[in-house]
Amino acid sequence: MTQFILAALVVISFTANAQHSQPEHGNSEKVAWEDMSKEERTTEVNAIKQHHLLDDHDFTITHGVSFPLPVILWDNGLQVFMSSKFHHGETVAEVNGNFYKVHHSKIYKTDSEGTITMDDHHHPTNAKPFDLSITKNVFVIILMALFMFFLFKGVAKAFKSGPMPTGAGRFLEPLVIFVRDEIAIPNIGKKQHGKYMSFLLTVFFFIWFLNLAGMTPLGIGVTNNIAITFSLAILTFFITQFTGKKTYWLHLFDPLGSSMPWVAKVPLYILLVPIELLGTIVKPFSLMIRLYANMTAGHIVLMSILGLIFVANSWLAAGPFSILTFLLSILELLVAALQAYIFTMLSALYFGAAAAEEHH
Amino acid sequence: MEIPSIVGAGLIVIGAGLGIGRIGGSAMDAIARQPEAAGKIQTAMLIAAALIEGIGFAALFAGG
Repeated sequence: MTQFILAALVVISFTANAQHSQPEHGNSEKVAWEDMSKEERTTEVNAIKQHHLLDDHDFTITHGVSFPLPVILWDNGLQVFMSSKFHHGETVAEVNGNFYKVHHSKIYKTDSEGTITMDDHHHPTNAKPFDLSITKNVFVIILMALFMFFLFKGVAKAFKSGPMPTGAGRFLEPLVIFVRDEIAIPNIGKKQHGKYMSFLLTVFFFIWFLNLAGMTPLGIGVTNNIAITFSLAILTFFITQFTGKKTYWLHLFDPLGSSMPWVAKVPLYILLVPIELLGTIVKPFSLMIRLYANMTAGHIVLMSILGLIFVANSWLAAGPFSILTFLLSILELLVAALQAYIFTMLSALYFGAAAAEEHH
Repeated sequence: MEIPSIVGAGLIVIGAGLGIGRIGGSAMDAIARQPEAAGKIQTAMLIAAALIEGIGFAALFAGG
């Protein structure tokens, strides 16, 4: 018990320290943190919160420790350079006579001064080159893919020597069995589930591991990025459509079947078929929004509570809010696994509808 | 008078909260009646809760 409390204290103090240096970061030349009004501190904390949720062209490990990532732009030909040219977004990068500047983690084309013109809604009107950069999120995804590849390759290899799992397999085997027996077979059926297993297992572990990586103090919330959840959801969409059997398409375009004469069907189908077709889009759309919103909401809540310490700017606030953050972090660990489970479960449900055989 | 969209966001949270609460409560009742079916009930409960949550988040994004 004492060991647990000690460990908890270490974690809390680490998180608190890691966060403490951050609010001062963008503010060093301006007013000191103590001299700011409560409103100014709130704005500052909110800016950090916004920044944390965005993708970035630098990989920042902690305050002041970061390494650049390659920037790949398509702007009248391929422009490749390292993001260190931006100096954390403070300077203009010159590449082959073109000038680029980072504004809110997005790259804009500017003149040599780096002027960014704004419209009435504070959106930049500068031209945006087509950005194919290896950003922080892309980098983490590549790392995670390599990690998963070698992890599961090792686990698979261990099964060649005997039926008993060894090493990491002892932990992962029950989870693989869980995905097969509790997610795939009940929803898709014993006969059909085989061809979907590879996708379901990949998506389950990928989302889970990325969610867990997002909980580390590195600030790599990859599943906070709607583009990534969109890609995952569109895979589910395509697999559902391409593996759809006769029953699935009949259900889409002829849901009432032979129980009704065609004269009565025609006026009904003018309304029914578009709704059914819309349903096929809404399902992956809700998958995308659910994962993105859950992870983003979790991070916003955690950072808001931590941010309250800096808004209050008092040691009295540090204790209770740190403990609250710690407890909520534990809840977030559960949510991380739960969201991976829900995504896999609902994907399996949709695959099940696509793969269903005729039963009448 | 224009109603601010944050009011809409609050209404969504009330609605989604009521919905998920009802699902959770019914699942508890069901588990109490048939503890041996707890696993299946939990799965169904999570799916239903996730669907409501999806609608809630979608509405929050549209309005909030």
